[in-house]
Amino acid sequence: MTTEVSMPPPPFDLTGGTPARGGRWAGPGPGGPVEAGEIEAEGVCAWFGGRLVLETVTLTMEQSKVTALIGPSGCGKSTFLRILNRMHEVVPGAQLAGSVRLDGVDIYGPGQRAIDTRRHIGMVFQKPNPFPAMTIADNVLSGLKFSRNAPADRDDLIEEMLTKAGLWNEVKDRLGELGGALSGGQQQRLCIARALAVRPRVLLMDEPCSALDPTSTLRIESTIKEIAEEVTVVIVTHNMQQAQRVSDYCAFFLAEENKPGRVVEAGRTEMIFGEPSDQRTSDYVNGHFG
Amino acid sequence: MTTDSETPTAPPGVLVRSSTASTATLSPRRTLVEPDDAAGSGDQVAPPPTPRRLPTPLRPRDFGTRDIALLVISAFSSFCLTWVIFFQVTSLSGALGFLVVWYVGFLALTWLSTAEVIERSVATDRVVAVVVVSAAMLVSGLVVFIVAWVAYKAIPSIHWGSLLSKDQLHLEATDPNALAHVGVVHAVIGTLEQVLLATAVGVPFAIATAVFLNEVKGWPVRTVRTVVTAMSGTPSVVAGIFIYSLLILTGYLPYSGFAASLALVVILLPSVTRVVEEVLRVVPSGLREASQALGAPEWRTVWSVVLPTARSGVVTAILLGIARIVGETAPLLFTAVGSQVKNWDPFLHDQGALPLSIWSNHQFPQAVYVDLAFQAAFVLMSFVLILFVLARLFSRPKGKRSKNVSEGDDMMARYFIPVPIERPTESEVGQ
Repeated sequence: MTTEVSMPPPPFDLTGGTPARGGRWAGPGPGGPVEAGEIEAEGVCAWFGGRLVLETVTLTMEQSKVTALIGPSGCGKSTFLRILNRMHEVVPGAQLAGSVRLDGVDIYGPGQRAIDTRRHIGMVFQKPNPFPAMTIADNVLSGLKFSRNAPADRDDLIEEMLTKAGLWNEVKDRLGELGGALSGGQQQRLCIARALAVRPRVLLMDEPCSALDPTSTLRIESTIKEIAEEVTVVIVTHNMQQAQRVSDYCAFFLAEENKPGRVVEAGRTEMIFGEPSDQRTSDYVNGHFG
Repeated sequence: MTTDSETPTAPPGVLVRSSTASTATLSPRRTLVEPDDAAGSGDQVAPPPTPRRLPTPLRPRDFGTRDIALLVISAFSSFCLTWVIFFQVTSLSGALGFLVVWYVGFLALTWLSTAEVIERSVATDRVVAVVVVSAAMLVSGLVVFIVAWVAYKAIPSIHWGSLLSKDQLHLEATDPNALAHVGVVHAVIGTLEQVLLATAVGVPFAIATAVFLNEVKGWPVRTVRTVVTAMSGTPSVVAGIFIYSLLILTGYLPYSGFAASLALVVILLPSVTRVVEEVLRVVPSGLREASQALGAPEWRTVWSVVLPTARSGVVTAILLGIARIVGETAPLLFTAVGSQVKNWDPFLHDQGALPLSIWSNHQFPQAVYVDLAFQAAFVLMSFVLILFVLARLFSRPKGKRSKNVSEGDDMMARYFIPVPIERPTESEVGQ
């Protein structure tokens, strides 16, 4: 590190525990209807092999709202998103500090298992990745199969989830086809249906539309608005218009030269785009850089 | 233009507007009538009224009569030149040498004539194409030749009634009708049992090792990979001696088919492991992440996502492993030893095997033995063929494939890994 940074708390071992209160989330859990959750991130720092990439991010993603994470490439938005459902620790050499609470329970607390967390906090990736060896129907049910939570009303659940993801009318006659047979936009909506089927409290979306055409993008955006009532959505996007269209809240991430990424400004979307308090935010949302 | 044909210079797959002047010279089969979309919105392509085939791509490298003539003339000139060199100038002899000189001369003349008639870059391209095509023809021709030769030697003497029902015990070399009383069933039984046992023992270990190599990180993985690679270089006769000295000489196992299958496992393990590892590596990491993000434990990810995605590849790997061991002779020499009679029990007593039958029968001077060796070889090759066909049939992924998946994609899915195909459907384009 050549530049001075304020000393963040030291990284802790992901496999060891942190002094945080353990606990379980209320509600019926995967399989039954649940309420949307609230995520509070406090003092989150992230390292990749000793290099600090994200510094003391404190952010609350409110229940049943859509929060957009915006910022130029390499500012740590995606890393932050992956910290929220413990996908960060899958990367070799990744470390982190701080705490992330889902409805008050620290997901990195002692006794919290990563796979439980991920069932409550789902994720949709940048590149559509339906399981190519499974049929469309099996793709929707895959999350439940993984958690040994076979639904009693299989067909109803498939229809419900595909309807929510806005895909039902297009695929209802071809549920037995392989997931790879769909177009890119359809595949991404299938991935959303798959993530919703485990009934998460929060859905994380990592640039879900960046590989798609404008029509598919619009359909996915309308899907996001529809599901926001039942599930809190956190979306990373490079598209300013998209952030304005879908999100209630916005957080602007920025990594200045040779410095780790941090949140410059966060607040209601109208505020971030309308009257940002920071000059850098204003420059970014108005397209002066990034 | 490098060809003498007067076809327009449309790149492959580009639709040629029917009003374009150049279309006039196209043959009717290649003409593409595109709906006039000038009136409609430019970016919205109306769905075609009927399914169309794309025209055969027009390539600047297309072969014309001139190109064929160049090749034929080069080949002929080279033949004459070689004849002059061999029989007039020098006193060389030998068919192989003649062929090699002819081929080299053919390449040189092809380059020279093409460079003279067309241009130098095309000439180099043409020569490389000739080398590649002739290499492919040589290899596939060799395979066809081996199969045809064995069939030609075996089929005339086969007694179909006895081949797969009798063993070799009552072979009377002096009897003119000896082949009617003998067959290779003892060897078939032995080979089937040995290969099945070896597969049953070896494949689970091989797949587990491949998963370890692919899904686990750290220095032990590199060590294991090196060891597996080194193991694949084990000479098969050493595998036989290894089992012989370790288990048979010490009295743990009798000479038996099972001992043979253990020796075959030593051969099978590294080859299947490496191929399965390669196949698993191609599974997109996005699928693993997606599975983990759904809350799947790692074993679940491997079992339900990685292995099914690579299913056809894994089946192919197993098949290649079986094909590798089914013809192994050396590991069986010290273990199964070989036998003239049926022995159904792979765990006790000597057992025959097809490769052993070929090897031992071919050493006899009498024609019946040689015939029997060729029959065993014929049966062995039929086995391998049936295996390949079966594996191709079973390695298709389950579920119907969409109609809009073209044949090429389907081949991809059948022989390799089903890849996600990004292609807008009609309904999506329409909306």
